[in-house]
Order: sequence, then C-alpha cells, then structure tokens
Amino acid sequence: MIEVKNVAKSFDGRTILHDISATFYSGKTNLIIGQSGSGKTVLMKSIVGLIRPEEGEILYDGRDYLKMDGAQIKAIRKEIGMLFQGSALFDSETVLGNVMFPLVMFSDKSHEEQLERAHFCLSRVNLVGAENKYPSEISGGMQKRVAIARAIALNPRYLFCDEPNSGLDPKTSIVIDELLSDITHEYDITTIINTHDMNSVLGIGENIVFIDKGHRAWVGDKGRIFKTKNEALNDFVFATRLFQEVKEYIVNHGETDNL
Amino acid sequence: MIITNSISQLGRYFIFMKRVFVVPDRWRIYFKRMIIEMSKLGVDSIPLVVIVSLFIGAVITIQMQLNISSPLIPAYSVGLATRDIVLLEFSNSILCLILAGKVGSNIASEIGTMRVTEQIDALDIMGINSSNYLVLPKVTAFVLFMPVLVLLCIGTAFIGGYLVASVTDLISVTKYVYGLQAFFQEWYVWYSLIKSLVFAFIISSVASFFGYYVKGGALEVGKASTNAVVSSSILILLFDVILTKLLLQ
Repeated sequence: MIEVKNVAKSFDGRTILHDISATFYSGKTNLIIGQSGSGKTVLMKSIVGLIRPEEGEILYDGRDYLKMDGAQIKAIRKEIGMLFQGSALFDSETVLGNVMFPLVMFSDKSHEEQLERAHFCLSRVNLVGAENKYPSEISGGMQKRVAIARAIALNPRYLFCDEPNSGLDPKTSIVIDELLSDITHEYDITTIINTHDMNSVLGIGENIVFIDKGHRAWVGDKGRIFKTKNEALNDFVFATRLFQEVKEYIVNHGETDNL
Repeated sequence: MIITNSISQLGRYFIFMKRVFVVPDRWRIYFKRMIIEMSKLGVDSIPLVVIVSLFIGAVITIQMQLNISSPLIPAYSVGLATRDIVLLEFSNSILCLILAGKVGSNIASEIGTMRVTEQIDALDIMGINSSNYLVLPKVTAFVLFMPVLVLLCIGTAFIGGYLVASVTDLISVTKYVYGLQAFFQEWYVWYSLIKSLVFAFIISSVASFFGYYVKGGALEVGKASTNAVVSSSILILLFDVILTKLLLQ
C-alpha cells in the first residue's frame, strides 16, 4: 500500500500540486486520472521519487520515502517497477537484453536462472519469439509489453504506469489494461496507473483518484464514477456523446453495481 | 547574466562529476561497457584520425618546404619543423578539436536521446546511478584510448610527409627522414600525450554533461550536441594555453 499525505509541489513559483492526499491499495489497480496539465504526472513522479515534493509524506507500506537516506532509497527502488509513457526501452539492447537488464544488475541468481526468469516474464506478456529483436523493430504495443516484462522481472511490490495506452489502438490498449490488471491481482502488487483513457477508467479502475487543477477532486471506483455529482469529473469522464449515453443507460438501468 | 549562468553551469558540472566518479555497482558490467565504449568512441575514430593526419602531415611538409626554402636554412629543417608541429600542436590540440566534433556530438546526442525518451529515468527508477552507469565507462574508455589515437596520428602524419618527399621533388626522402630525427626531444611526445589525456577528459565529460541535462525533445538534443562541441572546443583551447605554459616553460 502507498499512502500520499498532504503532498505539495511548485515549479518556478507556480503550485502544481495542492495538499494532495490519497491511498493506493495493494492487489488493486489504482488509477490517477485528470486532464492534461492537471498535475497527475507530477504526482506520479513525486511518488516514485523522480521529483521531490516540498511538503508532505509518501509512505511505502509505512516507510516514508522522503525521509529515507541514499541506501534506503536505493533499496526501495529495487521493489519498484515502472512502465513509462514511451516505454523507455534501451535502444542498444534486444528485447531479451531489456528484460534481463534489471536481473543482471540486481539479481544474484546464476545466468541460467536469470535467463529462465526473463523468458518467463516475456511469456507472461505473450511475447515469445521476439527475444532477439531490437525495440525499433517491434510495434508500440509490443514495446509496452516488453516494458511490462522488464518492470516485473524483479517481482516488484509496486508497479507504476505512466499513460500505458498512449499511442496505442483501442484493441491493444485493452490487452495492455487486462495484462496490468491480471499481473496486479496475480502478484498482489500495488499498481498505480496514470491515465486519461476512459476505457481504462471504466475497464480496470478499482481505486480512482481524480486530480483537477492540482487538487484531489474525487476518489472512488468505476461503479461510483457513474453516480458522481462532481461536475469537473463528469465533464472529464463523460466528455464524449458516446460516454454520456453509456452513463445514462447504466444509471437508468441500475447497472452500476455490476461493473 | 552570462557570468552568472556560466558559474551556475560550472557548479552543476562539478556536482555531476561527483556523481559520475563513484564506485560502479557492478564491476563486470562496468568493464563490459567500457570495452564497448572503447570500440565505439576510440576504434571507430581511427579512420578519421588516419585520413586527417595523413593529409595534414603532407600539407605541413609542403608548406614548410615552400615557406622556409632559403640557402641559409638547412634542407632537413622541413622534416624537423613538420615533426615539431605534429608533436607540439597537431597530434593533441588540433586532433582533439576534430574529435570533439565527432566523439562529443556522438556522446551528447546518445545520452540526450536517452534522457528525452525517459531511458535515464528508467535507470534511476531501478535504483541505478544513471550518471555513473552511463558516463564513467565513456570517460575512462576515451581517456584510456586517446594515447593510441595520438600515437597513430603522429605516425600517420609523418607518413604523409614521407609520401610527399617520395612522390614529389620538393624535398629528398633522406633529408626529410634526417629532419624527423634531428634534435629530437622525447619530452615533446610526453607533452603531447599529457595534453591529449586532459582534452579527452574534457570532450567526454562535457559532452556527457550537456546530454544528461537535456530538457525537451529532438530539437533540444541537437542544440545540446552543438553546445557540447562548442564548449569542449573552447575549453580545449583554454587548457591548451594553460598546459603549454605549464609543461613547456
């Protein structure tokens, strides 16, 4: 579980995050949603330690990240896996090399065991047969799956995903969403997904934190989102006519509990 | 404003260097990466060094012959002057200015691209000291390989002059070779090597610094690459003066 308490962050005198508090549960797909520029990426980067907030606490199962020394930070980062928006695969390494990378750097297992683990992770994301290809030779969806395989190679306790569906077609997006959801439940990981993809929100959102103009504006799950009276959230989630009609249908037919 | 910015950049550079020069997490991986970088930055520069040195050696010899032909100056002076120019300035300063363009832009664009595509963030998230992991092998590999490039440059430049003497009738081969050996000072070779080591450090570390702190996209990577080459070239010229004063006075 990750708890964020009263986190604030400014850049050049402009406050991006205002006193944000939220809880992200293990074994659940936790979503941070919000419009572009709302501060959700800054929040995720603050949680993961790429940005240092000016105020607040970030607790990884009770351990305050912001009060850790260098060695403790290094140790906790080995418990973190992250999927970046652009996949962030190492261009000079093959698919297998990318997945092997964290194992080679941190695992004390033999080379054969590391290889076995890498192949297992690749098979878990349905990428058998692409081991020797370079990132530039595979599609965007495959790159995301390689990045997921790399992120889970060391059995992380915490998995962060920054807009995992950006640049992907709807069908591939669903595959990635389902994969992330399955992995989260299977390994009881605390997964935090940063997204503005409404299909993800309504598909896998078990704990949703809505950020609006740097404030935490709403918290709930995909069922409750249909009943919300929060105007900003309604404008954001049900911005398209299709989603408005879907909402009307679900609310009118009392289907929210089945989601 | 410019002075404040320069001091600020200098401070960031030293902080960056402090993070670069720490004990690597895994020595085996460090050595593996160093060998790869040696091949990429050093061995791949050999063709450029050979071509440039061969032609410049030939041109220096022709220029010397055409400009110092006088009955009062012995004919072997052409070989002697060619040798000293190559040893004192060409094989270190000029060669490193050329390499700053090739190697410096290569390093800055590679690391800069890794920055804008979040590959460096990925390393940081994994708990790896990204500056140490990426930059230390490059700096050590290039500094260690630089003497090979310098000696190759010296030898090839002399061959360039030798070819001029052999193919043209500007100077006899015997007098050129005699000039190369006359009044030889071994210290000049050491002087050239010492200077080139400092310049190699400047090229690799400054280019890494500019690449590492890129913000933005492809356009900024290009700008960082240009800034890396310009800054390292200026620093090479500055340190050329300082080292010449220190080592030859």
